[in-house]
Amino acid sequence: MFTYYLRLAFKSIKRTPILSALMISAIALGIGACMTTISVNYMMSADPIPHKSDQLYYVRVDSWDPYNAFDDPNIPPNQLTWTDATNLTLAGKAFRQSAMARSGGVLEPDNPDIKPFQAGIRLAYNDFFDMFDVPFLYGNPWTDEADINPELVVVLTEQLNERLFGGENSVGRTIKMRSNDLTVIGITKTWEPVPRFYDITTGPFNDVSDMFMPYRLKQELELPNWGNNNCWKPSEGSGFMSRLLSECINNQMWVELPNEQARQDYMDFLDSYVNEQKALGRFPRPLNNKLTDVMDWMKHENVVPDDAEIMLWLSFLFLLVCLLNTIGLLMAKFATKSSEIGLRRAVGASKQALFIQHLVEAGLIGFAGGILGLGLSLLGLEGVESLFGDFISKVAHMDATLVAMAFGLAVLSSVAAGLYPTWKACNIAPASQLKSQ
Amino acid sequence: MNLEIGPIFRAMMRNKVGAMLIMLQIAVTMTIIANGFSIIQERKALMARDSGVDIANSFHLSNVSFAEDFDMQTAVIDDLKAIRELPGVADAIQVNAIPLSGSGWSMGLQTEAGDDIDGSGTAVYMVDDHALSAYDVKLIAGRNFELTDLRWRTDNTNDWADVLIATEALTKSLFPDLTPQEVIGKTVFINNHEPIIIIGIIDKLQAPWSGWNNLDHVMLTPDRLAFRGNRYYIRAEEGVRDDVMKRVEETLSNRLSGRMIQGMESMEETQRESYTGASGMIKMLTLIMIVLTIITAMGIVGLASFSVNRRKKQIGTRRALGAAKNSIIRYFMIENLIISGAGVIVGAILTVGLNMILVQAFSLTPIAWYYVPIGMISLLVIGQIAVFGPAQKASSIPPALATRSA
Repeated sequence: MFTYYLRLAFKSIKRTPILSALMISAIALGIGACMTTISVNYMMSADPIPHKSDQLYYVRVDSWDPYNAFDDPNIPPNQLTWTDATNLTLAGKAFRQSAMARSGGVLEPDNPDIKPFQAGIRLAYNDFFDMFDVPFLYGNPWTDEADINPELVVVLTEQLNERLFGGENSVGRTIKMRSNDLTVIGITKTWEPVPRFYDITTGPFNDVSDMFMPYRLKQELELPNWGNNNCWKPSEGSGFMSRLLSECINNQMWVELPNEQARQDYMDFLDSYVNEQKALGRFPRPLNNKLTDVMDWMKHENVVPDDAEIMLWLSFLFLLVCLLNTIGLLMAKFATKSSEIGLRRAVGASKQALFIQHLVEAGLIGFAGGILGLGLSLLGLEGVESLFGDFISKVAHMDATLVAMAFGLAVLSSVAAGLYPTWKACNIAPASQLKSQ
Repeated sequence: MNLEIGPIFRAMMRNKVGAMLIMLQIAVTMTIIANGFSIIQERKALMARDSGVDIANSFHLSNVSFAEDFDMQTAVIDDLKAIRELPGVADAIQVNAIPLSGSGWSMGLQTEAGDDIDGSGTAVYMVDDHALSAYDVKLIAGRNFELTDLRWRTDNTNDWADVLIATEALTKSLFPDLTPQEVIGKTVFINNHEPIIIIGIIDKLQAPWSGWNNLDHVMLTPDRLAFRGNRYYIRAEEGVRDDVMKRVEETLSNRLSGRMIQGMESMEETQRESYTGASGMIKMLTLIMIVLTIITAMGIVGLASFSVNRRKKQIGTRRALGAAKNSIIRYFMIENLIISGAGVIVGAILTVGLNMILVQAFSLTPIAWYYVPIGMISLLVIGQIAVFGPAQKASSIPPALATRSA
């Protein structure tokens, strides 16, 4: 019976080609626009580390100006001072913890064919790799010892290893940076969390730094501050060390706390740490420490830009117009079939059979619109990428969930659009349509 | 003239749902178009803000040393001399940050010393005595930097120069009641306590961050930079920028070893990148508005055609009874006008409603009142254009049709 209805539906669609094309393209455009914006929003608000995002916490302590909050209303600074990041990490009170910061330097490869170039550095403690489950291609993270008495070691990303050593296992080789020889100790496999949650302050969709080095090397090698550096009071004295030890914030810190008890304990530890510092004359503001898990931190930092959300809502309204359009056209179309329906009712077809037959027709139109819409949304994502440039390229694609969602949306909207016209068409008295014929 | 609104309305009521659907479609279409247009205008206004500099003819690059013994002070002086001597170069400076580039240095200035005084945030450009000419900005009061004002800022410099030049916007926020002339010679405080004297005021210059509230707050300080890295900002003479860019790149790349010249970019490109979000939004919204208008217009055409087809016999009868072609056309036009009219009234309410939500949730600029009537009129016109084709078709139905049996 279903195939028979399908055949009837095809026939009926072919009888009014322009109208059918109009309905299909309306649904396709609506779905295309919606799925494009849904995809971007979905990818931007994705959980970058799903299996443990509720156990990783971003650490904030309020070390700011006594007269002005870092941000209203009384929000603590979004980064830490070098002093606090170091002290808190070395205290080791969490299951895992790492202070981190962004820096950079010019690498001078031994290979004369490769010109010196600037590379971005992520300074961190070795817990970084375990805490964030960073996969390794060759070698290993540095040792705990290297964190305390920093050795000149470096972990390269796969891409940088490709550039420097043609992708071979380069563990044990050295690279020159500002006359220091850094020994390669490991190479990470491509690892690109989206959003790049661990450092939102320098853009949530930017690339992972080219290489990783022990945090303390910043002091040893006098590495520069990259990223945002905010100060509420000038450093005392001059020179690198006084800037490093100033109240300026340029560091981030994450801790892994496996359960609620651990979180409570760590919160207590933070409070007691700040109180200790208060005794030393720092932290002039009232206690205002925060532990924020990954997803809450993404929300707090507005990782999904307003514009993406505005476009999402506008595209839903757009789909609504397309559906209203389809409902109107479908009603008009079914209305011209009223004599046919009347005839079939008169010769014994049940209302139910006619209902299903016309719903199949509506569903077919929706299905065609859905497929076309899926194609349009892929095109739309290409368009979004070319309009907004690199930063969006990581979020401008669809995964299996999104494709399934597109089909769901297509079926749902075409059934929603088809239901009323079908019901209306089948609800006519057979006699009224037969009289004038 | 009898507009026959009564019969048209009563006929419409026989297909309430159909009329309601078009009405709603028109209302939502108008809501999207009016709000979209408002957002587009908001973004266009952002992009149209005057940068103060000669965007079309300027470019910049960065200069990073890596050799431990690299003598940056000599390099900066010799580089600038070489660049300024190149044909086609109007002027050049070394600087710590570039307008609209997204990264830079900001400080707070206040009119009284003290830890608890609120200040005005401002971007800081560390430049030499050629800055005004390189930026192509106008000095509206006071004087330019002189060679004697200049000093070297190294990694270990912690204090500030004694003098600064500020944009008019910055001085207005510091001294709202004073004229530019009166501001010259005033002392302001940086880092809460350190005094600096304002010696000059320029008309306009933008900070590095296009999304910043204080985009027009800029202070120039007379610092030559002996950092490991700095930037050069160069203005070419009218029309020769691309040639000059090549020449500068060649000149600098070959001049010294132990440093890299990188990231050469025209200000046009920098400005474009700074507004990718805004321009992308404008293009997306424009596309949506166009497609939406087409869909709604096609919907009106489709529905009107069907209603013409369904009423063929009645139209034939009216024609046989003496109705002129024009009155048939008028019938469908007025029918559409009634539906669209209701649609744009509902649309006006929805437009304002959606705008209130958008303003609340995303702090957009509230919609200008006149977009509402403009949106209403536009959709009425679109409706009339869309329905004209089917109406004309209806008018050409021959009266003889009335005599045939279906």
